[in-house]
Amino acid sequence: MFEKKTGRQTFQMKNSPAIIATASIVGPKEGRGPLAGYFDQSVDDEFWGEKSWEKAESKFMREVLAKVVTKASMPMDALDFVIAGDLLNQCIAASFGIRESNVPFYGIYGACSTIGEAMQLGAMLIDGGFASNVACLTSSHFCSAEKQFRFPLELGSQRPPTAHWTVTGSGGVILSAEGDGPYITRITTGKIVDMGIKDQNNMGAAMAPAAADTIYAHFEDTGLPHDYYDMIVTGDLGVVGKRILDDLLSSNGIRVGSILNDCGIMIYDMKQYNDTRN
Amino acid sequence: MQHVMTKEEYRKYVDKVSPNSKTLRNTLRAFMVGGIICVIGQFFLNSFKNMGLDKETASSVTAMVMILLGVTLTALNLYDDLGRFAGAGSIVPITGFANSIASPAIEYKSEGYVLGIGARMFLIAGPVLVYGISASIVAGIIHYLLRS
Repeated sequence: MFEKKTGRQTFQMKNSPAIIATASIVGPKEGRGPLAGYFDQSVDDEFWGEKSWEKAESKFMREVLAKVVTKASMPMDALDFVIAGDLLNQCIAASFGIRESNVPFYGIYGACSTIGEAMQLGAMLIDGGFASNVACLTSSHFCSAEKQFRFPLELGSQRPPTAHWTVTGSGGVILSAEGDGPYITRITTGKIVDMGIKDQNNMGAAMAPAAADTIYAHFEDTGLPHDYYDMIVTGDLGVVGKRILDDLLSSNGIRVGSILNDCGIMIYDMKQYNDTRN
Repeated sequence: MQHVMTKEEYRKYVDKVSPNSKTLRNTLRAFMVGGIICVIGQFFLNSFKNMGLDKETASSVTAMVMILLGVTLTALNLYDDLGRFAGAGSIVPITGFANSIASPAIEYKSEGYVLGIGARMFLIAGPVLVYGISASIVAGIIHYLLRS
């Protein structure tokens, strides 16, 4: 019955879905970072002409969906599903952002893992024969995230050295049953691993054990050699979290060293913005 | 995984690998900025006294001026920069208290005047007010009982 499941939590795609288009729009800080050349657009105004940060975030998502569909040269109604999520209450950036698209929608909430989660579910829908084209989107906004989870921006407080900086931006991919790749071939779904870290300013330490557990499970389930991949990338563990992940993997015999990377570290120029410290 | 730490081991390990705040630098900055804010307050207090106000009125007017200063700097988008530099040096004085009320008011303006500003203005200052007022009531009762 479970012909696609290998091991405890890994799935092998039978007809691997292809990533046929990607799009991204980012805010000012990200647009001046080391990855600047890879974004489709960077916006200088954090409000992007809207009245609130939430509306701006929603606009990021709407524009990314429009862009990614254009880049895939397909009409909006060729999409069977949109799977999207963000950090806001009731995923309002996603639901308002894709409101006009008229595509069946799954809203998800995975914080840093939202895009990974969306792509896993999208790939399963396609390989399962339920869809041919699925758009997977995510967004976050520094200002709306600080407002929702931490303190008002104008509050004169200090950020501890382990605090993260939330990306302002949105990214999307279109997965398709047909395409020249890159392909999604295997999926390992992570578990909740709670090591009791309660410091909201040290999210890297809170998330790293789950990342280590998932990567370990992936190699266990698939039997792949540890140097099989050119790069293993995590969402946003930050400098401290990445170091912890590396240590946790090493202590379990997985020495990935230089192939391990983290989006939160890659996206910012840390010399220029000492305050980001992702 | 094969090798798993206990929560206690992990907490100790995380403490070891997480960089600490620069305590000495932050303390010096807090001391300097906090001191400067107090000097400004003292300047106003002395000025008001020289203008002929009695001690109690002069203190009240000084507090009002300092609150105005804190709120103005918050509105000009400067108090958060000051806070990032000075930490407790700009949080503890009354200007910091003003900032803690003005900043959520600005932040939640987009959600309306009643449910936004009205409801959220005391998000940070609220606990200080609740426990400050409660403590003063308890202290008042004790004071009354001891006197009678």
